[in-house]
Amino acid sequence: MVERALPEIPRLGGSVAHRGMPSWLKGLRREPRVVVAGGYLLLLLLAAIFAPLVSPHDPLEQDLMLNTLPPAFSAGADPGYVLGTDSLGRDIASRLIHGARVALTVAIVAALAAGAFGTVLGLLAGYYGGWVDAVVSRLIDIWMAFPPVLLSILLVAMIGTGLTSVILAIVIIDWTRFCRVVRSETLQQTRMDYVDAAVVLGRSRWTILTREVLPNVLPVVLVLLSLEMGIAVIVEAVLSFVGLSVSSDMPTWGGMIAEGRQIIYHGWWVMVFPLSLLVLTVLAFNQLGDGLRRLTDPVMRR
Amino acid sequence: MSPALLSIAGLSARLKRPPHTPLLRSVDLEVAPGEVHGLVGESGAGKSTIGKAILGILPGAIELAGGTIRFCGEDLLAMPAGRRREILGSQIALIPQDPMTSLNPSRRIGDQLTDGLRLKRGLNGKALEDKAVSLLRDVQINDPEAVLRRYPHELSGGMRQRILIAAAFSMDPKLIIADEPTTALDVTVQKEVLRLIRSMQASHGTGVLFVTHDLGVVAQICDRVTVLYGGMIVEQGATADVLAAPSHPYTAALMAASPRHDQTGSGMQPIPASLTAALQGELARHGLERVTHA
Amino acid sequence: MLDPNAPILVEAKGVELELPDMNAARAFGRRPLTRILHPVTLSIRRGEIVGIVGESGSGKSSLGRLLLRLHEPTAGRLAFDGVDITHASQDTLRPMRRRMQMIFQDPQSSLNPRRRIRSIVAAGLTLDAGQRAEIRDGELVRLMVAVGLDPALLDRFPHELSGGQRQRVGIARAIATRPDFVLADEIVSGLDVSTQAQVLALLRRLAGELQLALAFISHDLSVIRNLCHRVVVMRAGRIVEEGSCAALFDNPKADYTRRLLDAIPPLVPDPNWLGRPPPGAAEAAQAAG
Repeated sequence: MVERALPEIPRLGGSVAHRGMPSWLKGLRREPRVVVAGGYLLLLLLAAIFAPLVSPHDPLEQDLMLNTLPPAFSAGADPGYVLGTDSLGRDIASRLIHGARVALTVAIVAALAAGAFGTVLGLLAGYYGGWVDAVVSRLIDIWMAFPPVLLSILLVAMIGTGLTSVILAIVIIDWTRFCRVVRSETLQQTRMDYVDAAVVLGRSRWTILTREVLPNVLPVVLVLLSLEMGIAVIVEAVLSFVGLSVSSDMPTWGGMIAEGRQIIYHGWWVMVFPLSLLVLTVLAFNQLGDGLRRLTDPVMRR
Repeated sequence: MSPALLSIAGLSARLKRPPHTPLLRSVDLEVAPGEVHGLVGESGAGKSTIGKAILGILPGAIELAGGTIRFCGEDLLAMPAGRRREILGSQIALIPQDPMTSLNPSRRIGDQLTDGLRLKRGLNGKALEDKAVSLLRDVQINDPEAVLRRYPHELSGGMRQRILIAAAFSMDPKLIIADEPTTALDVTVQKEVLRLIRSMQASHGTGVLFVTHDLGVVAQICDRVTVLYGGMIVEQGATADVLAAPSHPYTAALMAASPRHDQTGSGMQPIPASLTAALQGELARHGLERVTHA
Repeated sequence: MLDPNAPILVEAKGVELELPDMNAARAFGRRPLTRILHPVTLSIRRGEIVGIVGESGSGKSSLGRLLLRLHEPTAGRLAFDGVDITHASQDTLRPMRRRMQMIFQDPQSSLNPRRRIRSIVAAGLTLDAGQRAEIRDGELVRLMVAVGLDPALLDRFPHELSGGQRQRVGIARAIATRPDFVLADEIVSGLDVSTQAQVLALLRRLAGELQLALAFISHDLSVIRNLCHRVVVMRAGRIVEEGSCAALFDNPKADYTRRLLDAIPPLVPDPNWLGRPPPGAAEAAQAAG
């Protein structure tokens, strides 16, 4: 006869599982910033995808008669141009929406590519150790010795401007962020007893890496991805600010900020709106990352 | 009649957040000068919570829900923070559980050992060093001058625990809270440390509140013992009496669950479900009582 | 009851172990080796519970891991059920793995926090390829009941369980493969005595029913005396004494065993226990004074 488990004495930090509501929904209620930041980013993404449909004007259409119109809430505004126009009479709202296409494309593609590359190398280095780790670690050390902004400008200057170059520059520079963190996290997880437990069950090293270790490392990657998207948005803006991003017939936030800077005294809105959107977007990515980290940790998810 | 050194009455604690799970249920407890008083129980019994409440280091998630803690007649909970800081460290000291994390890894032993003496007694220079050396001698550390210059990681767990004991006694306190001070140590080291605490306590006339989960340790070092379950006192009395003839079935069950090295087939009897049910009932009644007269 | 003629299942002859010294600095990327086990000889019969006792640094856990071939011996010979596995590769070992299992000290770190109990326990089962889902579920429920857990816990995560419950999950995972040899490494050291009593009662019952060869590593002599048939006492990588539990505890031969036994605080108050200095302590105190 087996004794039944004793009823638990109430203890600090103990938890009771509630049935009924799915746990991720419960989590979202506790992490409202994931909803807010995620909702904002989703909206931005939809606007970017359907830019031609939702933009009130053609972002490239110039009308010098309507140049530097103030936003709709100020005197002398044209209600057809909600956020005003720039010095060439182009609609700022439409340019912002189209600029989001470039910003989000770079953010998503660059972050995913850098994440994939860095994560794979980090996993291998952390799990197999030995010479694999030695090679990867030295590579990271050398890589991190280069000043990143200079390196990206140099890279784009070398391989030419354009969306692909910007993405490539970000991946080449930022894979180390993922690699470093994933390596140390893998190293830590590999020392846990559950990895030994899997060895004792006769699991192959590959199965252990993908089924046991990876799920415990993925949340960190998720967080890094989100942060990296924020970084990518900034890098793209910086590169287009200095004119090293996509060609000038495609609106970018960085390009708009650069143009607005020249006329900041008689048309503040030309620079302030793209800058605000940039800050807001980066903030949203960071908040999303932080919220996701708390949400995906089953121990924190109490 | 001399007043008790430490006198706890009706002490209750609970979780700050709903459902306000009670952690201590109206605990009464006295420690006389020069007495070693054991607090024994399983995890969740509240034994560490009592020690932390006395020292004012309860975790943020826990709040006190009533009761008094009198030290030499003064209520520690009611006094101004300044007065309380004066007492802590100089008159009440702590021997912590984990000698590995309780010493700052980046400071030399000598500096950490003499913090209290510098701060509260204003000692310095040669006088301070002499005092530090004699403290380490008291806890039987060889070559104290060299040890004072070492960093914690250069010493074994047993050595570190001796240093923490020396630090606790450095201000010649009236009361020491020993929070599972030997749990992290090997048995042979544990015995040395227990002997040390016992002899230091006896020669200084210090009262000790000794928190432990080990009935054997209680049997060997404590004059009196309080047995806790779920934050409530189930039994209290002279150690020899309680262990020889427990008045509460839970104490007896704890003893029956403890294996013994000198008898085959001893101990290791799981606590019967009927007793657990009875204890839960007692807890519920205890909870009700407190609510009704609060 | 233990059959003295039961076949020897695990046999280590003069095994030695050297591992990289984690405290030493790397020299050209490698750490110098340090000696963990001096030649150790130990055998465990089917149905026998052998206690391995020692203080920290005695090498008891390393010996256990070596018996499971989680460490490779530097010298000596290690056999499992008559097959030499001293230097067998992990691929060669894999088919034998399910016959030798381990229960870990810290159920917190030995249960993957991102997996539900169902998937953790089933990890031992799914090695039987092609088992249908309902058979597997039935087996899972049987295992949970066998270790005294409510099958409803199968859908929980490890952090939602108490320490005692987690340790039972660890046991369920280990017996899921129907092993012949199980290593239990300090599995009750984090538990309260009442929970410890339950887990040990469970372990003893299962070891008997399944006729396991059980190696029980612990620092606690009291637990060993009441659980094991035989005990080996280790110190600094060597076995200092070995014998049947009752004989060794009642009549220890080695000084070190005597010191260990003397250091356990008895449940009955004994005014002489703390007063009596252990061998060697008096001189040490003198030298210090």
